[in-house]
Amino acid sequence: MQRGVVIIGAGHGGSQVGFSLRQEGYDGPIHLVSDEPDLPYHKPPLSKAYLKDQSQDVQILRAEKAYADARIELALGRKIEAIDRQAQAIRFADGATLPYDRLVIATGASNRKLALPGHDLAGLHSIRTRSDAAHLREAMQTAGDIVVIGGGFIGLEATATFAALGKRVTVIELAPSILGRAVSHLVAAHVDAEYRKLGIRVLTATGIERLEGEAGKVKAVRLSDGSAVPADLVVVGIGAAPNDALARDAGLACDNGIVVDATLATADPTIFAIGDVANFPHAQAGRRVRLESVQNASDQAKHVAKTIVGKPDDYRETPWFWSDQGHMKLQMAGLSFGADRHVRTGALGEPAFSVYHYAGDRLLAVDSVNRPGDHMVARRLIAAGISPSDADLAEGPDRLKSLIGR
Amino acid sequence: MSQVTFIERDGTRRIVEVVNGESLMQAGTRAGVDGIIGECGGSCMCATCHVYLTEDDFARLDPPDAMEQDALEFTASNQRPTSRLGCQVKLSAATDGLTVTVAEA
Repeated sequence: MQRGVVIIGAGHGGSQVGFSLRQEGYDGPIHLVSDEPDLPYHKPPLSKAYLKDQSQDVQILRAEKAYADARIELALGRKIEAIDRQAQAIRFADGATLPYDRLVIATGASNRKLALPGHDLAGLHSIRTRSDAAHLREAMQTAGDIVVIGGGFIGLEATATFAALGKRVTVIELAPSILGRAVSHLVAAHVDAEYRKLGIRVLTATGIERLEGEAGKVKAVRLSDGSAVPADLVVVGIGAAPNDALARDAGLACDNGIVVDATLATADPTIFAIGDVANFPHAQAGRRVRLESVQNASDQAKHVAKTIVGKPDDYRETPWFWSDQGHMKLQMAGLSFGADRHVRTGALGEPAFSVYHYAGDRLLAVDSVNRPGDHMVARRLIAAGISPSDADLAEGPDRLKSLIGR
Repeated sequence: MSQVTFIERDGTRRIVEVVNGESLMQAGTRAGVDGIIGECGGSCMCATCHVYLTEDDFARLDPPDAMEQDALEFTASNQRPTSRLGCQVKLSAATDGLTVTVAEA
């Protein structure tokens, strides 16, 4: 009997796999399993539109009807205890089992937790799921002073939301710069300056000693220099770790995520991993990466569906990311590992510009601030392996468009 | 209550009651219209909510801004003169009766 495909995790990637399998003509059973109880929904708005407006519900990825029409069986709110590779089945916490011919692990990542004295006080929040964001939205209504620990995308998106709602916000970042790992220092410096203009305190190169509370609830963040920042509420955004425990326990290789080959298969030919949890060899970067993005999850879902129906190929989509932060639209194309030259276009001091990252003459990545046209062209340039010269960049968007035949 | 009609790629017509203020993409995904994906959630990044309007409907809406035009030009396949990204079309009483066709993949 055909067991079909079981997908663990119903984020952007996991939810897409079943639909892509049907598009590829797969006709067997498909089960989509998630420990979250909700119909799969968009995660990016949780730090923005959803957080800002109490009347907003989460934005579902697809109507329930779409799963039924595609004959995708939903198993929501079900916790999985183990993957039994011998039996080719997953085992739920309640003892039930579900057999598979092919298993796709799309379990995503979890927010890293603060390891400081006071980490267990009430009033500490993070943003990952609907439930996280709902709790934060409720708690922030009565908060005047908010501290955001970690100057990465999620923390800063929440910061922009808090500021728009009139909260006093302080961002505390241990590294010398916000967005240090994510974008060019030119972009980071711009974002930092824009936030300061809005009256947000941005404390970089700043360590935290402990969180201090009163009656079990956070009241202040004590910095390494001994000073205190008042806090009615603290949001922790210090990165994420891959949810690879199920794979690890099943004996699959894990190293900063589940190790897969270029077709997204693990060493077990019946098991695949995609999205935030997958550590895969990236063709263009020439190294292994684990990417946390909607684009990566969705495109790997489409790719793994092809692999499963017998059309294996190397995954080689150009990565892209975005982060909407108040009035700033940050858009990133490609990966800048190994870049040794950075060219900024757009007049200095302008609120819209792009930074082109090169290794020698080869274009690796482009970061844009409020330049969506640059970003769209950059995706095409990088995908096609076209590297504009400095003269091309100086000539402007029309020249760059002409390089991709427009 | 206003309505919008989606014509799916196989010709199926789907009439959807609109929640005021939502986008064409949100209405389509909420109703499960085949071919309206909205992968990026409405950030004008992915062009998976690409639709064709009628010429009359296209003319009566505000024109696409530069960001949408770039996304259409560089990300969408099979762009036509009346192409729009559903996530950038806000629905209201004024858009009642809109008829859109899901773009070819």
